[in-house]
Amino acid sequence: MAVNKVFASFDEAVADVPDGSVILIGGFGPADGCPSHLIRALARQGAKNLTLVANTPGHGRDLFEMLQAAGKVKIPPDYDDGALLVKMGQVKKAICSFPLSPWPGAVNPLMEKVAAGEVEVELVPQGTLAERIRAAKAGISAFYTPTGIDTILERGKETRLFDGRKNVLEYAIKADFALIRAHKADKWGNLVYRGTARNFNAVMAGAAKVTIAEVDQIVPLGELDPEAVVTPSIYVNRVVARPSIRKGG
Amino acid sequence: MKERLDEQTMALRVAKEFEDGMVVNLGIGIPTLAANFIPEDKEIIFHSENGCLGFGSAATSEEEEDFNLVNASGQFVTRRPGMSFFDHAESFAMIRGKHIDLCVLGGLQVSEKGDLANWSLSEKKLGGMGGAMDLAMGAARLIIAMTHATKDDKPKILKQCTFPLTAPRCVSLIITDLAVIEVTEEGLVLKEIAPSWSAEEVQELTEPKLIVAPDLCEIEL
Repeated sequence: MAVNKVFASFDEAVADVPDGSVILIGGFGPADGCPSHLIRALARQGAKNLTLVANTPGHGRDLFEMLQAAGKVKIPPDYDDGALLVKMGQVKKAICSFPLSPWPGAVNPLMEKVAAGEVEVELVPQGTLAERIRAAKAGISAFYTPTGIDTILERGKETRLFDGRKNVLEYAIKADFALIRAHKADKWGNLVYRGTARNFNAVMAGAAKVTIAEVDQIVPLGELDPEAVVTPSIYVNRVVARPSIRKGG
Repeated sequence: MKERLDEQTMALRVAKEFEDGMVVNLGIGIPTLAANFIPEDKEIIFHSENGCLGFGSAATSEEEEDFNLVNASGQFVTRRPGMSFFDHAESFAMIRGKHIDLCVLGGLQVSEKGDLANWSLSEKKLGGMGGAMDLAMGAARLIIAMTHATKDDKPKILKQCTFPLTAPRCVSLIITDLAVIEVTEEGLVLKEIAPSWSAEEVQELTEPKLIVAPDLCEIEL
């Protein structure tokens, strides 16, 4: 039987996500690159006690729409991020580098849930977060990095000197599902991205037991230039096309 | 009250540190403004931690705004010949691996040893460092651009930082609205001061003892 990883709907693609899963979510702030349709499908599916791993898991469409109305940011028309799952009470923990609102004074759903004691946050520097995800994909259990030494993030971690400099031991993040966003895919799951929408998405591809890619377009096998494929098909399990193609991809 | 440099002037001073061919990463705020003041005879390659190298200037019209082309501050930027895209792991390999020649960040406090605190006012509060810890540790050279003192004129350049650290011994140069100060093994060297300010007046707003450079001059723009 021919390999075909294309799913007909976002709901089918996330139907088997169990309670308690660790979920990687791609994207970077309000710009493109967030798997908004997969997130909405997971909100409808209703899995609980999730751990979200994302650079900024907690902003949410409501906050960005408010900031957009005030002329501070612009968001894509069909935007949603991990905050939707936080708001729905599906999240028990967030592993991230930036849980706060991007605008001083404004509050996001994650900050509210943390203040209420309902969600726990594990702060990870952005580069260490990316590398902990990449390590999981590459079968590396842990690694040493100088990032975080002599800060509150060093507490409770093993340290070791390399070339006279202190490093901290950081562990791979073991995840169950990766929800990512790409520009084009073929039915094998090869992916290409567009511009800065690649961000955490290409790192997360293959870093969970199941990787699900939300893409703008599914093209016939052979159409993606093998020299230009960014994420090889081996890292991708499921592909779903977004409903329409709009300006800017 | 004596006049202090405004943000644009500080950004102009920051840009004087750019050298031809440098790869530069600019943090949110005053550092990002420095991109507007690149000398015409210099070609600077800007790095943004969300996965872009060599991008062009900020978008100036709605037609230029592309949701797939933003810098780490979330601003729309433009395409430029020579630019490249990559993922976050690659981007921080560039940072951690000391491939970024110069990084300019904002600061809350800098210590006399060059420790930086710029992400949190208290460890009891929820904070977020984003990429600041990686950038502070990884950049080949780190400049901090910040106001010299707090709104009520308490020093931000201290013997020891009181806010949670971003990284230890990482700052090379501090550019403030009053002075340019170099971090050296011997201590903080006052190299340039704002027009009409004296070394003594800058010292009053600085906790550690400043070493006044023999060639102390007015801030060069």
